[in-house]
Amino acid sequence: MAKITYITKEGESLVFEASSGSLMELAVKNKVPGIDGDCGGVCSCATCHVHVAPAYYEKLEAPSEIEADMLEFDDNVNEYSRLCCQIPVSDAVDGITVEVAN
Amino acid sequence: MRNMGVSDFPDAFKETREAKGVCPFNDQDDPVAMLLRFKDVRKSAHDYKSFISGAVPGRIVIPSEVNIRDTRQIPFEVDPPEHTEYRALVEDWFKRPFDSTYEAGLESIILSELEKVLKKGSCEAISELSLPIQSRALTLLLNIPLKEAETWISWGTHVFRSEDSNLDADKASILYDYIDAEIDRVIAQPDDSLYSVLLNSEYQGRKMTKEEVKGVLVLTFAGGRDTIINYLTNTMAYLGEHPEAMDQLRNNPALVNTAIEELVRYFSPLTHMGRVVAQEKEVCGHVAKEDTRISLCWASANRDEAVFENPNDVVLDRKMNPHVAFGFGTHKCLGATHARQLMKVFLRVFTQKVGKLTVVNAVENIEDWGEHQRKVGFDRLEIELNPIE
Ligand code: HEM
Ligand code: HEM
Ligand code: FES
Repeated sequence: MAKITYITKEGESLVFEASSGSLMELAVKNKVPGIDGDCGGVCSCATCHVHVAPAYYEKLEAPSEIEADMLEFDDNVNEYSRLCCQIPVSDAVDGITVEVAN
Repeated sequence: MRNMGVSDFPDAFKETREAKGVCPFNDQDDPVAMLLRFKDVRKSAHDYKSFISGAVPGRIVIPSEVNIRDTRQIPFEVDPPEHTEYRALVEDWFKRPFDSTYEAGLESIILSELEKVLKKGSCEAISELSLPIQSRALTLLLNIPLKEAETWISWGTHVFRSEDSNLDADKASILYDYIDAEIDRVIAQPDDSLYSVLLNSEYQGRKMTKEEVKGVLVLTFAGGRDTIINYLTNTMAYLGEHPEAMDQLRNNPALVNTAIEELVRYFSPLTHMGRVVAQEKEVCGHVAKEDTRISLCWASANRDEAVFENPNDVVLDRKMNPHVAFGFGTHKCLGATHARQLMKVFLRVFTQKVGKLTVVNAVENIEDWGEHQRKVGFDRLEIELNPIE
Protein backbone atom coordinates (compact mmCIF):
# COMPACT_ATOMS: atom_id res chain seq x y z
CA MET A 1 0.00 0.00 0.00
CA ALA A 2 1.27 3.44 -0.93
CA LYS A 3 -0.12 6.61 0.57
CA ILE A 4 -0.63 9.49 -1.86
CA THR A 5 -1.50 13.09 -0.94
CA TYR A 6 -3.20 15.39 -3.45
CA ILE A 7 -3.39 19.12 -2.76
CA THR A 8 -6.26 20.76 -4.62
CA LYS A 9 -6.38 24.27 -6.07
CA GLU A 10 -8.35 25.27 -2.96
CA GLY A 11 -5.43 24.09 -0.82
CA GLU A 12 -7.24 21.07 0.59
CA SER A 13 -5.17 17.91 1.25
CA LEU A 14 -6.77 14.64 0.17
CA VAL A 15 -5.04 11.41 1.13
CA PHE A 16 -5.69 8.03 -0.50
CA GLU A 17 -4.06 4.61 -0.51
CA ALA A 18 -3.59 2.16 -3.33
CA SER A 19 -1.36 -0.66 -4.42
CA SER A 20 -1.76 -0.55 -8.19
CA GLY A 21 -2.76 1.69 -11.08
CA SER A 22 -1.49 5.21 -11.63
CA LEU A 23 -1.73 8.41 -9.60
CA MET A 24 -4.24 9.65 -12.18
CA GLU A 25 -6.48 6.59 -11.79
CA LEU A 26 -6.46 6.89 -8.01
CA ALA A 27 -7.36 10.59 -8.24
CA VAL A 28 -10.17 10.01 -10.74
CA LYS A 29 -11.60 7.17 -8.67
CA ASN A 30 -11.74 9.52 -5.70
CA LYS A 31 -12.91 12.51 -7.72
CA VAL A 32 -9.99 14.79 -6.89
CA PRO A 33 -11.02 18.16 -8.38
CA GLY A 34 -8.81 19.27 -11.27
CA ILE A 35 -7.73 15.77 -12.28
CA ASP A 36 -10.08 14.56 -14.99
CA GLY A 37 -7.96 11.96 -16.76
CA ASP A 38 -9.93 12.47 -19.97
CA CYS A 39 -7.77 10.24 -22.17
CA GLY A 40 -7.61 7.38 -19.69
CA GLY A 41 -3.85 7.72 -19.29
CA VAL A 42 -2.43 7.51 -22.82
CA CYS A 43 -0.72 10.89 -22.57
CA SER A 44 -3.02 12.76 -24.92
CA CYS A 45 -5.01 15.21 -22.78
CA ALA A 46 -2.88 16.74 -19.98
CA THR A 47 -5.93 16.85 -17.69
CA CYS A 48 -3.84 15.04 -15.07
CA HIS A 49 -1.12 17.68 -14.69
CA VAL A 50 0.38 17.98 -11.18
CA HIS A 51 3.37 19.56 -9.48
CA VAL A 52 5.29 16.93 -7.56
CA ALA A 53 6.80 17.84 -4.20
CA PRO A 54 10.50 18.51 -4.95
CA ALA A 55 11.80 15.83 -2.57
CA TYR A 56 9.84 13.21 -4.51
CA TYR A 57 10.33 14.59 -7.99
CA GLU A 58 13.92 13.38 -8.07
CA LYS A 59 12.94 9.88 -6.99
CA LEU A 60 10.65 9.38 -9.97
CA GLU A 61 11.79 8.04 -13.30
CA ALA A 62 12.31 10.96 -15.65
CA PRO A 63 9.37 11.77 -17.93
CA SER A 64 9.40 10.23 -21.41
CA GLU A 65 9.88 12.48 -24.42
CA ILE A 66 6.17 12.24 -25.23
CA GLU A 67 5.20 13.35 -21.74
CA ALA A 68 7.75 16.17 -21.74
CA ASP A 69 6.51 17.43 -25.12
CA MET A 70 2.94 17.33 -23.87
CA LEU A 71 3.85 19.36 -20.79
CA GLU A 72 5.73 21.92 -22.84
CA PHE A 73 2.44 23.40 -24.04
CA ASP A 74 0.32 23.15 -20.91
CA ASP A 75 -0.57 26.00 -18.56
CA ASN A 76 1.19 26.46 -15.22
CA VAL A 77 4.17 24.32 -16.07
CA ASN A 78 7.11 24.37 -13.68
CA GLU A 79 10.20 22.23 -13.14
CA TYR A 80 8.21 19.80 -10.99
CA SER A 81 5.41 19.30 -13.49
CA ARG A 82 4.31 15.77 -14.34
CA LEU A 83 1.35 14.09 -16.00
CA CYS A 84 0.33 11.86 -13.14
CA CYS A 85 -1.11 9.15 -15.42
CA GLN A 86 2.55 8.40 -16.09
CA ILE A 87 3.37 7.84 -12.41
CA PRO A 88 2.59 4.29 -11.34
CA VAL A 89 1.48 3.64 -7.78
CA SER A 90 4.19 1.60 -6.03
CA ASP A 91 6.16 1.49 -2.80
CA ALA A 92 8.60 3.87 -4.44
CA VAL A 93 6.04 6.69 -4.26
CA ASP A 94 4.70 5.90 -0.78
CA GLY A 95 4.20 9.21 1.04
CA ILE A 96 4.37 11.39 -2.10
CA THR A 97 2.59 14.75 -2.26
CA VAL A 98 1.37 16.22 -5.55
CA GLU A 99 -0.33 19.52 -6.15
CA VAL A 100 -3.06 19.85 -8.80
CA ALA A 101 -1.74 22.25 -11.48
CA ASN A 102 -4.90 23.45 -13.25
CA MET B 1 1.10 -6.79 -49.66
CA ARG B 2 -2.35 -7.77 -48.50
CA ASN B 3 -5.44 -6.33 -50.10
CA MET B 4 -7.00 -3.20 -48.72
CA GLY B 5 -9.88 -4.18 -46.52
CA VAL B 6 -12.93 -2.01 -45.89
CA SER B 7 -11.59 -1.13 -42.47
CA ASP B 8 -8.21 0.07 -43.74
CA PHE B 9 -7.86 3.82 -43.64
CA PRO B 10 -4.67 4.68 -45.52
CA ASP B 11 -2.43 7.54 -44.47
CA ALA B 12 -3.26 10.02 -47.22
CA PHE B 13 -0.55 12.53 -46.41
CA LYS B 14 2.58 10.42 -45.86
CA GLU B 15 4.72 11.51 -48.81
CA THR B 16 4.02 15.21 -48.51
CA ARG B 17 4.33 15.16 -44.72
CA GLU B 18 7.75 13.59 -44.93
CA ALA B 19 9.05 15.52 -47.93
CA LYS B 20 7.66 18.99 -47.29
CA GLY B 21 5.47 19.04 -44.18
CA VAL B 22 3.12 21.60 -45.70
CA CYS B 23 0.58 21.10 -48.43
CA PRO B 24 -1.13 23.93 -50.32
CA PHE B 25 -4.85 23.54 -50.94
CA ASN B 26 -6.95 25.97 -52.89
CA ASP B 27 -10.38 26.47 -51.41
CA GLN B 28 -12.69 28.97 -53.11
CA ASP B 29 -9.76 31.31 -53.89
CA ASP B 30 -8.82 31.55 -50.22
CA PRO B 31 -5.88 29.14 -50.18
CA VAL B 32 -4.93 27.07 -47.17
CA ALA B 33 -1.47 25.82 -46.18
CA MET B 34 -2.16 22.49 -44.50
CA LEU B 35 0.34 21.67 -41.74
CA LEU B 36 0.96 17.95 -41.76
CA ARG B 37 3.58 17.20 -39.07
CA PHE B 38 2.65 16.41 -35.49
CA LYS B 39 5.06 18.94 -33.97
CA ASP B 40 3.95 21.80 -36.21
CA VAL B 41 0.29 21.01 -35.68
CA ARG B 42 0.60 21.05 -31.90
CA LYS B 43 2.82 24.11 -31.80
CA SER B 44 0.53 26.10 -34.06
CA ALA B 45 -2.63 24.98 -32.24
CA HIS B 46 -1.03 26.30 -29.08
CA ASP B 47 -0.08 29.62 -30.68
CA TYR B 48 -3.54 31.19 -30.70
CA LYS B 49 -2.06 34.67 -30.95
CA SER B 50 -0.47 34.12 -34.36
CA PHE B 51 -3.09 31.70 -35.66
CA ILE B 52 -6.55 32.87 -34.78
CA SER B 53 -9.99 31.30 -34.78
CA GLY B 54 -11.88 34.57 -34.31
CA ALA B 55 -11.86 35.54 -38.00
CA VAL B 56 -14.92 36.18 -40.18
CA PRO B 57 -17.48 33.47 -39.22
CA GLY B 58 -17.02 30.36 -41.34
CA ARG B 59 -13.50 31.17 -42.55
CA ILE B 60 -11.61 28.69 -40.36
CA VAL B 61 -13.81 25.86 -41.59
CA ILE B 62 -12.57 24.12 -44.74
CA PRO B 63 -14.26 24.29 -47.16
CA SER B 64 -14.96 27.86 -46.10
CA GLU B 65 -18.50 28.64 -45.00
CA VAL B 66 -18.10 32.41 -45.26
CA ASN B 67 -20.71 32.57 -48.00
CA ILE B 68 -23.35 30.51 -46.24
CA ARG B 69 -23.48 31.80 -42.69
CA ASP B 70 -23.03 34.87 -40.46
CA THR B 71 -23.54 33.29 -37.06
CA ARG B 72 -20.32 33.09 -35.07
CA GLN B 73 -19.86 29.69 -33.49
CA ILE B 74 -19.03 29.91 -29.81
CA PRO B 75 -16.49 29.11 -28.35
CA PHE B 76 -15.09 27.70 -31.60
CA GLU B 77 -14.67 30.99 -33.49
CA VAL B 78 -13.50 33.16 -30.61
CA ASP B 79 -9.97 33.62 -29.22
CA PRO B 80 -8.77 34.19 -25.67
CA PRO B 81 -9.49 36.12 -23.53
CA GLU B 82 -13.15 36.05 -24.71
CA HIS B 83 -12.86 32.35 -25.47
CA THR B 84 -11.82 31.60 -21.90
CA GLU B 85 -14.94 33.17 -20.45
CA TYR B 86 -17.34 31.54 -22.91
CA ARG B 87 -15.72 28.17 -22.44
CA ALA B 88 -15.88 28.43 -18.65
CA LEU B 89 -19.66 28.90 -18.94
CA VAL B 90 -20.13 25.52 -20.58
CA GLU B 91 -17.17 23.44 -19.36
CA ASP B 92 -18.98 21.81 -16.43
CA TRP B 93 -22.07 21.06 -18.47
CA PHE B 94 -19.96 19.17 -20.99
CA LYS B 95 -18.51 17.01 -18.22
CA ARG B 96 -21.92 15.55 -17.36
CA PRO B 97 -21.16 12.44 -19.44
CA PHE B 98 -18.97 11.29 -16.50
CA ASP B 99 -22.14 10.83 -14.37
CA SER B 100 -23.36 7.27 -13.96
CA THR B 101 -26.94 8.20 -14.89
CA TYR B 102 -25.66 9.62 -18.17
CA GLU B 103 -23.77 6.41 -18.86
CA ALA B 104 -26.89 4.39 -18.11
CA GLY B 105 -28.83 6.60 -20.54
CA LEU B 106 -26.29 5.93 -23.28
CA GLU B 107 -26.46 2.23 -22.59
CA SER B 108 -30.21 2.06 -22.95
CA ILE B 109 -30.14 4.07 -26.22
CA ILE B 110 -27.47 1.84 -27.74
CA LEU B 111 -29.11 -1.38 -26.55
CA SER B 112 -32.47 -0.52 -28.01
CA GLU B 113 -31.02 0.46 -31.42
CA LEU B 114 -28.89 -2.65 -31.53
CA GLU B 115 -31.73 -4.97 -30.58
CA LYS B 116 -33.84 -3.60 -33.43
CA VAL B 117 -31.24 -4.48 -36.06
CA LEU B 118 -30.28 -7.77 -34.44
CA LYS B 119 -33.88 -8.86 -34.92
CA LYS B 120 -33.68 -8.02 -38.63
CA GLY B 121 -30.26 -9.62 -39.02
CA SER B 122 -28.96 -7.02 -41.46
CA CYS B 123 -29.00 -3.28 -41.94
CA GLU B 124 -27.33 -0.22 -43.42
CA ALA B 125 -25.15 0.80 -40.50
CA ILE B 126 -25.16 4.59 -40.93
CA SER B 127 -28.88 5.20 -41.27
CA GLU B 128 -29.97 2.42 -38.91
CA LEU B 129 -27.30 2.55 -36.20
CA SER B 130 -24.82 5.43 -36.30
CA LEU B 131 -27.27 8.24 -37.07
CA PRO B 132 -30.02 7.21 -34.63
CA ILE B 133 -27.49 6.49 -31.88
CA GLN B 134 -25.69 9.81 -32.45
CA SER B 135 -28.95 11.75 -32.50
CA ARG B 136 -30.52 10.09 -29.47
CA ALA B 137 -27.30 10.41 -27.49
CA LEU B 138 -27.27 14.13 -28.24
CA THR B 139 -30.57 14.51 -26.39
CA LEU B 140 -28.69 13.45 -23.25
CA LEU B 141 -26.04 16.08 -23.81
CA LEU B 142 -28.64 18.80 -24.34
CA ASN B 143 -30.84 17.32 -21.59
CA ILE B 144 -34.03 17.32 -23.64
CA PRO B 145 -36.68 14.61 -24.30
CA LEU B 146 -35.52 11.62 -26.31
CA LYS B 147 -38.26 12.03 -28.90
CA GLU B 148 -36.70 15.28 -30.13
CA ALA B 149 -34.10 13.12 -31.87
CA GLU B 150 -36.74 12.02 -34.42
CA THR B 151 -36.54 15.44 -36.07
CA TRP B 152 -32.76 15.31 -36.35
CA ILE B 153 -32.81 11.77 -37.68
CA SER B 154 -35.27 12.86 -40.36
CA TRP B 155 -32.69 15.36 -41.65
CA GLY B 156 -30.51 12.48 -42.80
CA THR B 157 -26.73 12.40 -42.58
CA HIS B 158 -25.92 15.43 -44.62
CA VAL B 159 -27.90 18.26 -43.04
CA PHE B 160 -25.76 20.86 -44.72
CA ARG B 161 -25.14 19.21 -48.02
CA SER B 162 -27.33 18.83 -51.09
CA GLU B 163 -26.96 16.51 -54.05
CA ASP B 164 -25.19 19.00 -56.28
CA SER B 165 -23.32 21.15 -53.81
CA ASN B 166 -21.17 20.65 -50.78
CA LEU B 167 -22.02 24.05 -49.45
CA ASP B 168 -25.72 24.63 -49.61
CA ALA B 169 -27.07 27.68 -47.80
CA ASP B 170 -30.68 26.46 -48.03
CA LYS B 171 -29.83 23.23 -46.35
CA ALA B 172 -27.76 24.93 -43.64
CA SER B 173 -30.77 27.13 -42.88
CA ILE B 174 -32.82 24.07 -41.84
CA LEU B 175 -30.60 23.83 -38.78
CA TYR B 176 -30.54 27.55 -38.04
CA ASP B 177 -34.32 27.90 -38.34
CA TYR B 178 -34.81 24.90 -36.11
CA ILE B 179 -32.50 26.28 -33.40
CA ASP B 180 -34.11 29.75 -33.58
CA ALA B 181 -37.52 28.18 -33.02
CA GLU B 182 -36.25 26.04 -30.13
CA ILE B 183 -34.65 29.06 -28.43
CA ASP B 184 -37.94 30.98 -28.64
CA ARG B 185 -39.83 28.00 -27.28
CA VAL B 186 -37.49 27.69 -24.30
CA ILE B 187 -37.63 31.45 -23.61
CA ALA B 188 -41.42 31.11 -23.39
CA GLN B 189 -41.21 27.96 -21.32
CA PRO B 190 -37.92 27.58 -19.44
CA ASP B 191 -36.76 24.04 -18.68
CA ASP B 192 -33.54 22.40 -17.50
CA SER B 193 -31.97 21.94 -20.92
CA LEU B 194 -28.71 23.36 -22.22
CA TYR B 195 -30.84 26.00 -23.99
CA SER B 196 -32.12 27.31 -20.66
CA VAL B 197 -28.74 27.10 -18.98
CA LEU B 198 -27.22 29.19 -21.76
CA LEU B 199 -30.07 31.69 -21.82
CA ASN B 200 -29.55 32.25 -18.09
CA SER B 201 -25.76 32.49 -18.31
CA GLU B 202 -23.94 35.76 -17.97
CA TYR B 203 -21.13 36.83 -20.24
CA GLN B 204 -19.14 39.94 -19.28
CA GLY B 205 -21.75 40.82 -16.70
CA ARG B 206 -24.76 40.67 -19.03
CA LYS B 207 -27.13 37.92 -20.19
CA MET B 208 -26.09 35.90 -23.23
CA THR B 209 -27.85 37.12 -26.37
CA LYS B 210 -30.01 34.85 -28.51
CA GLU B 211 -27.38 35.04 -31.23
CA GLU B 212 -24.70 33.81 -28.82
CA VAL B 213 -26.86 30.99 -27.53
CA LYS B 214 -27.49 29.96 -31.11
CA GLY B 215 -23.74 30.11 -31.78
CA VAL B 216 -23.09 27.59 -29.04
CA LEU B 217 -25.94 25.24 -29.92
CA VAL B 218 -25.32 25.09 -33.63
CA LEU B 219 -21.87 23.81 -32.81
CA THR B 220 -23.16 20.89 -30.77
CA PHE B 221 -25.13 19.83 -33.85
CA ALA B 222 -22.49 20.54 -36.47
CA GLY B 223 -19.36 19.49 -34.61
CA GLY B 224 -20.88 16.44 -33.01
CA ARG B 225 -22.72 14.93 -35.95
CA ASP B 226 -20.54 13.69 -38.79
CA THR B 227 -17.62 13.16 -36.42
CA ILE B 228 -19.55 10.78 -34.17
CA ILE B 229 -21.25 9.09 -37.10
CA ASN B 230 -17.89 8.33 -38.72
CA TYR B 231 -16.38 7.23 -35.43
CA LEU B 232 -19.18 4.69 -34.91
CA THR B 233 -19.48 3.49 -38.50
CA ASN B 234 -15.75 3.07 -39.03
CA THR B 235 -15.50 1.16 -35.77
CA MET B 236 -18.15 -1.27 -36.96
CA ALA B 237 -16.23 -1.83 -40.19
CA TYR B 238 -13.14 -2.50 -38.09
CA LEU B 239 -14.90 -4.98 -35.81
CA GLY B 240 -16.32 -6.79 -38.84
CA GLU B 241 -12.85 -7.41 -40.21
CA HIS B 242 -11.28 -8.08 -36.83
CA PRO B 243 -13.26 -10.74 -34.98
CA GLU B 244 -10.23 -11.24 -32.70
CA ALA B 245 -10.68 -7.65 -31.50
CA MET B 246 -14.31 -8.44 -30.66
CA ASP B 247 -13.11 -11.33 -28.49
CA GLN B 248 -10.41 -9.27 -26.80
CA LEU B 249 -12.80 -6.46 -25.96
CA ARG B 250 -15.38 -8.93 -24.67
CA ASN B 251 -12.93 -10.80 -22.47
CA ASN B 252 -10.99 -7.82 -21.20
CA PRO B 253 -13.36 -4.94 -20.43
CA ALA B 254 -10.49 -2.63 -19.35
CA LEU B 255 -9.19 -2.69 -22.93
CA VAL B 256 -11.88 -0.19 -24.00
CA ASN B 257 -9.97 2.62 -22.28
CA THR B 258 -7.04 2.47 -24.67
CA ALA B 259 -9.12 1.13 -27.58
CA ILE B 260 -11.33 4.23 -27.84
CA GLU B 261 -8.25 6.46 -28.01
CA GLU B 262 -6.58 4.29 -30.63
CA LEU B 263 -9.68 4.10 -32.82
CA VAL B 264 -10.18 7.85 -32.73
CA ARG B 265 -6.48 8.35 -33.59
CA TYR B 266 -6.66 5.91 -36.47
CA PHE B 267 -9.94 7.25 -37.91
CA SER B 268 -9.39 10.93 -37.05
CA PRO B 269 -13.00 11.83 -37.87
CA LEU B 270 -12.14 15.52 -38.20
CA THR B 271 -9.39 15.77 -40.82
CA HIS B 272 -8.25 19.31 -40.17
CA MET B 273 -9.37 22.72 -39.02
CA GLY B 274 -8.22 26.11 -40.22
CA ARG B 275 -6.77 29.21 -38.62
CA VAL B 276 -6.23 32.71 -39.98
CA VAL B 277 -2.73 34.14 -39.71
CA ALA B 278 -2.79 37.25 -37.50
CA GLN B 279 0.86 38.10 -37.92
CA GLU B 280 3.31 36.76 -40.46
CA LYS B 281 5.09 33.71 -39.17
CA GLU B 282 7.31 30.94 -40.46
CA VAL B 283 6.16 27.38 -39.92
CA CYS B 284 7.94 24.37 -41.30
CA GLY B 285 9.83 26.44 -43.84
CA HIS B 286 6.62 28.03 -45.07
CA VAL B 287 6.02 31.75 -44.60
CA ALA B 288 2.45 32.11 -43.44
CA LYS B 289 1.48 35.59 -44.62
CA GLU B 290 -0.85 37.79 -42.63
CA ASP B 291 -4.53 37.23 -43.36
CA THR B 292 -3.96 33.95 -45.21
CA ARG B 293 -5.05 30.57 -43.87
CA ILE B 294 -3.25 27.59 -42.45
CA SER B 295 -4.84 24.37 -41.28
CA LEU B 296 -3.98 22.00 -38.49
CA CYS B 297 -4.20 18.55 -40.03
CA TRP B 298 -5.06 16.29 -37.10
CA ALA B 299 -5.42 13.27 -39.38
CA SER B 300 -1.88 13.60 -40.75
CA ALA B 301 -0.33 14.39 -37.36
CA ASN B 302 -1.91 11.23 -36.00
CA ARG B 303 0.08 9.09 -38.47
CA ASP B 304 3.41 10.85 -37.93
CA GLU B 305 6.11 8.20 -37.63
CA ALA B 306 8.25 10.53 -35.58
CA VAL B 307 5.74 10.09 -32.76
CA PHE B 308 3.77 6.88 -33.29
CA GLU B 309 5.28 3.45 -33.69
CA ASN B 310 3.57 1.54 -36.49
CA PRO B 311 1.22 4.47 -37.08
CA ASN B 312 -0.86 2.61 -39.66
CA ASP B 313 -1.70 -0.30 -37.38
CA VAL B 314 -4.61 -0.30 -34.97
CA VAL B 315 -3.05 -1.29 -31.64
CA LEU B 316 -5.95 -1.49 -29.22
CA ASP B 317 -3.74 -1.47 -26.15
CA ARG B 318 -1.40 1.33 -27.31
CA LYS B 319 -0.05 2.75 -24.07
CA MET B 320 1.45 6.03 -25.22
CA ASN B 321 -0.92 7.70 -27.61
CA PRO B 322 -0.62 11.49 -27.63
CA HIS B 323 -3.04 11.80 -30.57
CA VAL B 324 -4.67 15.07 -31.59
CA ALA B 325 -7.93 13.64 -32.95
CA PHE B 326 -9.84 15.88 -30.52
CA GLY B 327 -7.60 18.85 -31.28
CA PHE B 328 -5.03 20.38 -28.99
CA GLY B 329 -4.74 23.42 -26.75
CA THR B 330 -7.26 26.22 -26.44
CA HIS B 331 -9.94 24.80 -28.71
CA LYS B 332 -9.60 21.14 -27.86
CA CYS B 333 -12.90 19.39 -28.36
CA LEU B 334 -15.59 20.34 -25.90
CA GLY B 335 -17.64 17.28 -26.85
CA ALA B 336 -14.79 14.83 -26.24
CA THR B 337 -16.11 13.57 -22.90
CA HIS B 338 -19.44 12.78 -24.53
CA ALA B 339 -17.76 11.18 -27.56
CA ARG B 340 -15.48 9.04 -25.42
CA GLN B 341 -18.23 7.87 -23.11
CA LEU B 342 -20.48 7.07 -26.06
CA MET B 343 -17.76 4.98 -27.69
CA LYS B 344 -16.90 3.19 -24.48
CA VAL B 345 -20.49 2.14 -23.91
CA PHE B 346 -20.94 1.30 -27.58
CA LEU B 347 -17.96 -1.08 -27.58
CA ARG B 348 -19.13 -2.71 -24.37
CA VAL B 349 -22.72 -3.24 -25.46
CA PHE B 350 -21.80 -4.20 -29.01
CA THR B 351 -19.32 -6.89 -28.03
CA GLN B 352 -21.71 -8.30 -25.44
CA LYS B 353 -24.64 -8.57 -27.84
CA VAL B 354 -23.09 -9.21 -31.24
CA GLY B 355 -21.24 -12.44 -31.98
CA LYS B 356 -20.35 -11.71 -35.58
CA LEU B 357 -20.51 -8.74 -37.90
CA THR B 358 -20.08 -9.17 -41.65
CA VAL B 359 -19.65 -6.28 -44.03
CA VAL B 360 -21.74 -7.01 -47.11
CA ASN B 361 -21.21 -3.83 -49.07
CA ALA B 362 -19.35 -0.59 -48.47
CA VAL B 363 -19.30 2.73 -50.31
CA GLU B 364 -16.37 4.80 -49.14
CA ASN B 365 -16.49 8.52 -48.41
CA ILE B 366 -13.32 10.02 -49.83
CA GLU B 367 -12.47 13.64 -49.09
CA ASP B 368 -10.69 15.60 -51.75
CA TRP B 369 -7.93 17.90 -50.53
CA GLY B 370 -6.34 18.79 -53.85
CA GLU B 371 -3.29 16.56 -54.18
CA HIS B 372 -4.56 14.29 -51.44
CA GLN B 373 -7.58 12.03 -51.25
CA ARG B 374 -8.46 10.89 -47.77
CA LYS B 375 -10.89 8.19 -46.76
CA VAL B 376 -12.78 9.55 -43.74
CA GLY B 377 -15.68 7.13 -43.53
CA PHE B 378 -18.48 5.63 -45.57
CA ASP B 379 -21.50 6.83 -47.48
CA ARG B 380 -23.06 3.39 -47.03
CA LEU B 381 -22.09 0.38 -44.98
CA GLU B 382 -24.33 -2.65 -45.33
CA ILE B 383 -23.77 -5.22 -42.62
CA GLU B 384 -25.10 -8.51 -41.29
CA LEU B 385 -25.22 -9.08 -37.57
CA ASN B 386 -25.43 -12.34 -35.65
CA PRO B 387 -26.32 -12.28 -32.00
CA ILE B 388 -23.92 -13.84 -29.56
CA GLU B 389 -24.59 -17.58 -29.07
C1 HEM C 1 -15.34 11.61 -32.37
C2 HEM C 1 -15.99 12.73 -32.27
C3 HEM C 1 -15.35 14.09 -32.35
C4 HEM C 1 -14.14 14.49 -32.88
C5 HEM C 1 -13.09 13.63 -33.54
C6 HEM C 1 -14.04 15.92 -32.66
C7 HEM C 1 -12.96 16.70 -33.04
C8 HEM C 1 -12.76 18.02 -32.69
C9 HEM C 1 -11.57 18.78 -32.96
C10 HEM C 1 -10.33 18.25 -33.67
C11 HEM C 1 -11.75 20.03 -32.45
C12 HEM C 1 -10.74 21.18 -32.48
C13 HEM C 1 -11.10 22.20 -33.51
C14 HEM C 1 -10.12 23.34 -33.53
O1 HEM C 1 -9.05 23.31 -32.91
O2 HEM C 1 -10.40 24.34 -34.24
C15 HEM C 1 -13.07 20.07 -31.88
C16 HEM C 1 -13.63 21.17 -31.28
C17 HEM C 1 -14.93 21.21 -30.81
N1 HEM C 1 -15.83 20.16 -30.78
FE1 HEM C 1 -15.46 18.25 -31.31
N2 HEM C 1 -15.16 16.36 -32.04
C18 HEM C 1 -15.99 15.28 -31.82
C19 HEM C 1 -17.22 15.30 -31.20
C20 HEM C 1 -17.84 16.43 -30.71
C21 HEM C 1 -19.14 16.45 -30.07
C22 HEM C 1 -20.02 15.24 -29.80
C23 HEM C 1 -19.41 17.76 -29.77
C24 HEM C 1 -20.62 18.36 -29.12
C25 HEM C 1 -21.79 17.87 -29.18
C26 HEM C 1 -18.26 18.55 -30.20
C27 HEM C 1 -18.14 19.90 -30.03
C28 HEM C 1 -16.99 20.62 -30.23
C29 HEM C 1 -16.85 22.02 -29.90
C30 HEM C 1 -17.91 22.90 -29.25
C31 HEM C 1 -15.56 22.40 -30.27
C32 HEM C 1 -14.93 23.79 -30.15
C33 HEM C 1 -14.28 23.96 -28.80
C34 HEM C 1 -13.62 25.31 -28.64
O3 HEM C 1 -13.44 26.05 -29.62
O4 HEM C 1 -13.27 25.66 -27.50
N3 HEM C 1 -17.34 17.70 -30.76
N4 HEM C 1 -13.66 18.83 -32.03
C1 HEM D 1 -22.78 25.72 -38.50
C2 HEM D 1 -21.62 25.12 -38.54
C3 HEM D 1 -21.21 24.16 -39.59
C4 HEM D 1 -21.73 24.01 -40.85
C5 HEM D 1 -22.83 24.78 -41.52
C6 HEM D 1 -20.99 22.92 -41.45
C7 HEM D 1 -21.18 22.52 -42.75
C8 HEM D 1 -20.59 21.40 -43.26
C9 HEM D 1 -20.66 21.04 -44.65
C10 HEM D 1 -21.30 21.86 -45.74
C11 HEM D 1 -20.03 19.85 -44.79
C12 HEM D 1 -19.84 19.08 -46.04
C13 HEM D 1 -18.52 19.44 -46.64
C14 HEM D 1 -18.07 18.52 -47.73
O1 HEM D 1 -18.76 17.57 -48.04
O2 HEM D 1 -16.99 18.76 -48.26
C15 HEM D 1 -19.53 19.49 -43.50
C16 HEM D 1 -18.81 18.37 -43.26
C17 HEM D 1 -18.16 18.13 -42.06
N1 HEM D 1 -18.16 18.93 -40.93
FE1 HEM D 1 -19.12 20.68 -40.74
N2 HEM D 1 -20.05 22.46 -40.58
C18 HEM D 1 -20.15 23.18 -39.44
C19 HEM D 1 -19.36 23.05 -38.33
C20 HEM D 1 -18.52 21.99 -38.09
C21 HEM D 1 -17.66 21.86 -36.94
C22 HEM D 1 -17.54 22.88 -35.85
C23 HEM D 1 -17.03 20.65 -37.05
C24 HEM D 1 -16.03 19.99 -36.13
C25 HEM D 1 -15.56 20.49 -35.02
C26 HEM D 1 -17.50 20.03 -38.27
C27 HEM D 1 -17.10 18.80 -38.73
C28 HEM D 1 -17.39 18.33 -39.99
C29 HEM D 1 -16.87 17.08 -40.51
C30 HEM D 1 -15.98 16.08 -39.78
C31 HEM D 1 -17.36 16.96 -41.82
C32 HEM D 1 -17.07 15.84 -42.79
C33 HEM D 1 -18.15 14.84 -42.76
C34 HEM D 1 -18.11 13.84 -43.83
O3 HEM D 1 -17.74 14.19 -44.98
O4 HEM D 1 -18.47 12.69 -43.55
N3 HEM D 1 -18.40 20.87 -38.87
N4 HEM D 1 -19.90 20.44 -42.59
S1 FES E 1 -4.81 11.26 -18.32
FE1 FES E 1 -4.60 12.15 -20.27
S2 FES E 1 -2.53 12.77 -20.27
FE2 FES E 1 -2.76 11.87 -18.32
